[in-house]
Amino acid sequence: MDLSLSTRTVGDRTVVEVGGEIDVYTAPKLREQLVELVNDGSYHLVVDMERVDFLDSTGLGVLVGGLKRVRAHEGSLRLVCNQERILKIFRITGLTKVFPIHTSVDEAVAATD
Amino acid sequence: MATVELRFSALPEHVRTARLVAAAVARRAGVDEAVLDEVRLAVGEACSRAVGLHESHGITAPVRVVLVEDEKTFSIEVGDEVPGSGGAAAGGETEGAGESDAEGEDEMGLAVISGLVDDVEVSAGENGGRIRMSWPAHPAPVLP
Repeated sequence: MDLSLSTRTVGDRTVVEVGGEIDVYTAPKLREQLVELVNDGSYHLVVDMERVDFLDSTGLGVLVGGLKRVRAHEGSLRLVCNQERILKIFRITGLTKVFPIHTSVDEAVAATD
Repeated sequence: MATVELRFSALPEHVRTARLVAAAVARRAGVDEAVLDEVRLAVGEACSRAVGLHESHGITAPVRVVLVEDEKTFSIEVGDEVPGSGGAAAGGETEGAGESDAEGEDEMGLAVISGLVDDVEVSAGENGGRIRMSWPAHPAPVLP
């Protein structure tokens, strides 16, 4: 299954809905999307990963890169994920301390800290 | 002898195929369903790393994946043809220090593998590097 990406705006946040597999082949597409959003002035991103089936370290690298970019503009990058198999990858790499991870898009959009 | 052996051109689009094959063979070998996600991820990481190494060193040879089903274990060996690459993984090489992004992702891949798999060996040789991982397996009894 390939990667699917769609974006929508909720208030001052941009929600990026990601579906499918984020791996060494598809991660560059996600990177391009995040770079494009930041270049267009969207600095508060919510990446909805509820429909992601697979995530590897290349995908983690892209998310970290996205976080670095939005932080350069005092922005934020929040994740939405409830899937244990995906959360596990964030835990074993210690990235749960780096990314705010929310259980719903509504919660992520409302978060301010 | 290997249960299944796979060779693929060192291109990112083939890593998914390697994951699917590894998961299918692991399931057949009797690896717990709960562990199959880990097998899939670990083999994907090892193959992504090998593809990256082949690409960055301009090596056209394929990446080799050997899946072996034993009585009590299922093992996967992913081999690249970059001399000394396993040693680089262990923190040796300085040659690629300029390519910080690629090197960083490479290390993250290994971090994921070592976090996921209890039994893992990374080795380097003149003919290339090798990541060997294994999991307990309980093959289903053969029906009469």
